[in-house]
Amino acid sequence: MSKFTFPESIKSRPVYGTLAMRDGPAHLLVADGHGAEAILDVATPIMMTKAHIIYLPKGEKFANRLRSLNPISFYSGPSYSAATSRLVKVLSDAKMGLQVYLAGTEGLIGQAQNAAMEAGIPHNAIQTEHRGSIARRMQCVHCKGITEDVEIDPFICEHCGLSLFVRDHYSRRLAAYQGVCIDAEDPGNIPKSKGIYE
Amino acid sequence: MSGIEKIQVVVTNIVRLNELVTRFEFKRTDGKLLPTFSGGAHTVVEMQDGEITRLNPYSLMSDPMCQRAYAISVRRDDEGRGGSLFMHNKVSVGDNMVISYPINLFSLDLRAKKHLFIAGGIGITPFLAQIKQLDRFNGYWNLHYSCRSESLGSYVDELTDQHPNETHVYYDDKDQQIDLVKLLEGQPLGTHVYVCGPKGMIDWVCNTASKEGWPREAIHYEEFLAPKPGKPFEVKLAVSGKVIQVGEQESLLEAIEREGIDAPYLCRGGACGQCETAVIDYAGNFIHRDHWLGEDEHKSGQKIMPCVSRFEGKILVLDR
Repeated sequence: MSKFTFPESIKSRPVYGTLAMRDGPAHLLVADGHGAEAILDVATPIMMTKAHIIYLPKGEKFANRLRSLNPISFYSGPSYSAATSRLVKVLSDAKMGLQVYLAGTEGLIGQAQNAAMEAGIPHNAIQTEHRGSIARRMQCVHCKGITEDVEIDPFICEHCGLSLFVRDHYSRRLAAYQGVCIDAEDPGNIPKSKGIYE
Repeated sequence: MSGIEKIQVVVTNIVRLNELVTRFEFKRTDGKLLPTFSGGAHTVVEMQDGEITRLNPYSLMSDPMCQRAYAISVRRDDEGRGGSLFMHNKVSVGDNMVISYPINLFSLDLRAKKHLFIAGGIGITPFLAQIKQLDRFNGYWNLHYSCRSESLGSYVDELTDQHPNETHVYYDDKDQQIDLVKLLEGQPLGTHVYVCGPKGMIDWVCNTASKEGWPREAIHYEEFLAPKPGKPFEVKLAVSGKVIQVGEQESLLEAIEREGIDAPYLCRGGACGQCETAVIDYAGNFIHRDHWLGEDEHKSGQKIMPCVSRFEGKILVLDR
């Protein structure tokens, strides 16, 4: 299953849409895992004549299908940080009118959105579509460390070891949700972890 | 009071720039400093023209950090309702006038990596202040300025002297035109475009930029509409319990103010949304001319912007 309907939440929580082609002189498509399917859905031969694709397979097997769309450039790499220099390069070469499409996990969407915003694209001009894992990129509000791919609530901060409650409070600047110590008032009283949306 | 705070000023200088445009400079009558503003701000100038009080918005074109004096440039409009003619013909150095605190509905987006200014004619004025503001912070900008002819090119000399690399001037009478598509295509990511000029130019720039894939948030425009004259009509003001007549040459907002009713406003040009008024009942047709309400709201018959819009028909009852 690659599509998931997130429950309604507070205003801070990002809302994802469905990628749709928009006119522009160039297109940048960034995806991880099952996000590839969203690219395959939106791609047209004309769009691909001016498109750059950056893909992080994360164990999925879509890379060859994406490559065979014949974009101007195709990059496949192991992690977001590995792909950063390619992403920054495409953004710095781009002119106004570039359309940005992000698909896949929330962590990938948030970080790539951040890079596009830093390059000068207003955040609401960037299209996003969630696919695949519902894991979150979490920031510990206490030690500020980031824990990637969090699927359970509460979870243990990889940096300081506190048990953190998964909040829907999101930071666009950090591309992360906020995790808050769950047993601060009553040390040791930590509920059993379950899936974030269970 | 529903408008914004007022400043008593004295006219300290009047400079005729060309056949159509004259610059007016104001200082405070009490000798104190004026507030600073941000580039793109305007002031509403009160004109006591006999029985009529006119309130016209003009972009501030002086240095936003200069607190000693403000400057505006007024283009004479012989066909208009008379505000610009009043400024040109009846205002002299030494006159006391009332202006509003600066209001900015056309500010720079300082997140932009580059600011691309497109001006038509007197639309140059807000950019003069914005350029002074950006220069202070070493901002990156370009200006493409279209004028009717060399003799009507207000501030062209000043701009080309001080900013020869940033300023590009186009003269209509020499058939010079901005190659807009090419200009927009070449802009680096993070550029914001700002346009001020005639309506046709604003539409042209906004539509071309969206067609070229520019995000809505990166397109800025300012167009002051002057209220257009029209057939007289009658309005019932439900809250004040008055029935008033709107004359041919005055706006609905001006008629409401004439009756001593405190009505909100800021731009008086159909842009800011401050004067939005609920319609309680009507029988007839609205002549909506604002940029504020959406198409659906225009059709709904539930709202009107009295600064620029009018009405033709039998009954109009407003929640004012």
